[in-house]
Amino acid sequence: MRTFLRDAILKGMATIPSPGPGPSALEEVARALGERARRRLGRSLSIREVDAGSCNGCELEIHALSNPVYDVERFGLKFVASPRHADVLLVTGPVTWNMREALLRAYDAMPAPKWVVGVGDCAADCGVFAGSPAVVGPLSGILPVDLHVRGCPPPPLDLVKGLLALIEAPG
Amino acid sequence: MTAPLSLAAAIAGQAAGPDGYARLEVGEAAWEALAAGCAAGLHDLSALWADEGLIRMALSDSERALRAIASLRPEGGVYPSVARHHAPALRLERAMRDLYGMRPEGLPDPRPWLDHGRWPGRLNDARYEFLPADGEGLHQVAVGPIHASIIEPGHFRFTANGETVVRLEQRLGYVHKGIEVLLAGADLERGARLAGRISGDSTVAYGWAFASAVEAALGWRVPPRAVLLRAIMAELERMAHHIGDVGAICNDASVIAIHAQCALAREDVLAIAQACFGHRLMMDRIVPGGVTDDLSPEGIGTVRNLVGRLDATRAEIRRVYDSMPSLQDRTVTTGITRPELVRQYAAGGFVGRAAGRAFDARKTFAYGPYGILDFALSTRTAGDVDARLMVRLDEIEESVRLMSQLLDRLTPGAICSEPPALVAGEGAALVEAFRGDVFVSVRLGSDGRLARVHARDASSFQWPLLEAAIEGNIIADFPICNKSFNCSYSGHDL
Repeated sequence: MRTFLRDAILKGMATIPSPGPGPSALEEVARALGERARRRLGRSLSIREVDAGSCNGCELEIHALSNPVYDVERFGLKFVASPRHADVLLVTGPVTWNMREALLRAYDAMPAPKWVVGVGDCAADCGVFAGSPAVVGPLSGILPVDLHVRGCPPPPLDLVKGLLALIEAPG
Repeated sequence: MTAPLSLAAAIAGQAAGPDGYARLEVGEAAWEALAAGCAAGLHDLSALWADEGLIRMALSDSERALRAIASLRPEGGVYPSVARHHAPALRLERAMRDLYGMRPEGLPDPRPWLDHGRWPGRLNDARYEFLPADGEGLHQVAVGPIHASIIEPGHFRFTANGETVVRLEQRLGYVHKGIEVLLAGADLERGARLAGRISGDSTVAYGWAFASAVEAALGWRVPPRAVLLRAIMAELERMAHHIGDVGAICNDASVIAIHAQCALAREDVLAIAQACFGHRLMMDRIVPGGVTDDLSPEGIGTVRNLVGRLDATRAEIRRVYDSMPSLQDRTVTTGITRPELVRQYAAGGFVGRAAGRAFDARKTFAYGPYGILDFALSTRTAGDVDARLMVRLDEIEESVRLMSQLLDRLTPGAICSEPPALVAGEGAALVEAFRGDVFVSVRLGSDGRLARVHARDASSFQWPLLEAAIEGNIIADFPICNKSFNCSYSGHDL
C-alpha cells in the first residue's frame, strides 16, 4: 500500500486533461436538438448503459471511462444502476430480438427529457452482425438516437468527446 | 446403463489430423458409449454441435493427450441425447435444438434455451418456467437481463431463504446474434472478423483459434515470426484482463485503492497494444496466414518495459491483498466450486485450475510456440473466490516470463503468408483465452468459403458451476462470486 501512496505523490496525476467535445459529435447533437426540440440537460448527466447484444468489446471501453485516466465523473458524467435515475441511455450492440423488450422497457422507465446515445458500429448499423435473423436492426429504427459514437469498439477518448458534446451542446 | 467407451479405445490408434484431432464416424451405440465415457470420467466433453445433418462431439483425454471429433448421422435429426448421460451437454443440446432443429432423444430438460420466443417467424412461447424450489420461507429474487452495472445481459433467478441462496438458475441467450448463421457462407476475411467478435474480451484468442482451424484445413503454413506475434498479443490480452478483473473483484469488496491501481495497469496494457498493434483490444490483428501488424524494434522495448511495470504492480497488489484480512474475509471460503463438478464439466481456465483441474490448452495440448517455452501451470485446491484470484495473479507472473521469452525469440521475417489453393476441408483448434480454453471448428466448402463454423466458449462449461458455487452463500456475495468467474455472455449466446 505504501508503494501506491508513494506513487500517488511522486508520479503525479494519471488523469488526462479534458479533450473537449468532438466537433462531429457537437454537430450531431445540435442537429438532434433542432429536430426534436429537446432542451439540453445541463452540466451533469446520469447514464444508464444497456448492452443490447454487443460482443462486450464496447462494454470494456465504457468501463475504462471510469478508470483514473479518463475519470468521466469529473465532468459530471455518472453511470447509474436504474433507468429511472438516468438522463442518457447508452446503448451498445446490434439489438438482438432477445434484448429488444428489455431495451424498450429501460427507455420507457426513464424520465423525460432523455437522450439516447448509440455506442459502436453495431449500434449505428449492426456492424458485422447486420443481416442476422437474430438481430432486429439498427438502434435508430427502435429508439430516437441523438448521438452515435462509432468505432469497433470506440476508444474511451472518443466516448469522452461524444459525451461531452451532450453537455456542451448549445441550446 | 450404457457401458462407457473410452476415447483411447474408440480412436484405436487412428492417426490424428494436422490439428491434433482424430475424426471418428460412429453409430448410435458407440455415440452413447462415448457419452457414458464422459460421465464416467474417462474423457472430457469439449464441444457438441450440429453440422449439416451430422451431430458432432469433440472429446479430449488430457492424460493421454488424445483428441477426437466423433460424428453421428442421425435419422431425421433424432439422436440419443448426450445430456441424458452427461449433464454438461444439457445447455448445448437445448441450444442445438433451438437453432438447428436437432432432436436429442431422452433430453432431461426439454425447455428452449436460446430461443426466447421472440424470433420472427417462430412460434415458440415467450413464457419460461423456472425450476421449482419448495420449502418453508423461500422467496425469489429476479435479476436481469439488465444488471445494475455495465455488464452483459442475462437473467438470474435466485431462490433464497432470508439472505441465503438456496438455488440460482441462470437464463441466458439475450445476446444471441446468430453468429454461426452469419459465418456460414462467409469468406475467410469476413469469417475472421466475425470470429474476433464472438466475445470481444477474447478477440485475440478467438482470432487465433479461427485462423489455426482454417490453416489446419488448408495446410496453410504460418511464418515463425507471426506465430510469436500471435502469442505476444495473446499474453497481452491475458494480462490486461487478469489485472483488470483482480481489481474489479477487490472493488466488489470495496477496496477501491487496489481497483484503481489495477485499472491503471490495465489501461497501460491497452494503450501499448494500441501503440504497437494499432488497436487497444488487438481486434482483427490475427488473420488466417499470420498477423496484420508487426512489432517494431522500439515496440519490443516498449513491451518489455510494460511487462516490467506490470509485474511490479502485480507484486505490490499481492502484498496489499495479503495484508488485508478484511478483504480476504470476503474472498476466502466464498463461492466454492467442488473439484468433482469441475472435473465433470471439464471447466477450463482459472475456474478449473482454482479447484485442482490442472488443464491449460497451452500446456495440455500445446500449440503455437508454447510447447518450447518455460512457464508454470498454477493451480489451487480451495475453489473459492480467493483461489481464483490467486491463480490469476500467478498467471500474470507466468505471462511476464512468457513475454520475455517470446520477445527474445523474435527474429526478422515475414508476418503473413499467401494462402494456398482453396480446397474443401476441415480443421479445429483449441486456444487458451484468459478465461479458459476456446474451441473453434471450421469446415470449408470447395469454393473456399466457410461452410460451417462452430465456436464453444470456455464459459459454456463454467456458467453452470456458478449456479452451484453460489448455493449456501448470501445473495450479497453474488457479485463478487460472479466477478471471480467472469463468464462471457456473448461467447456463450453466440
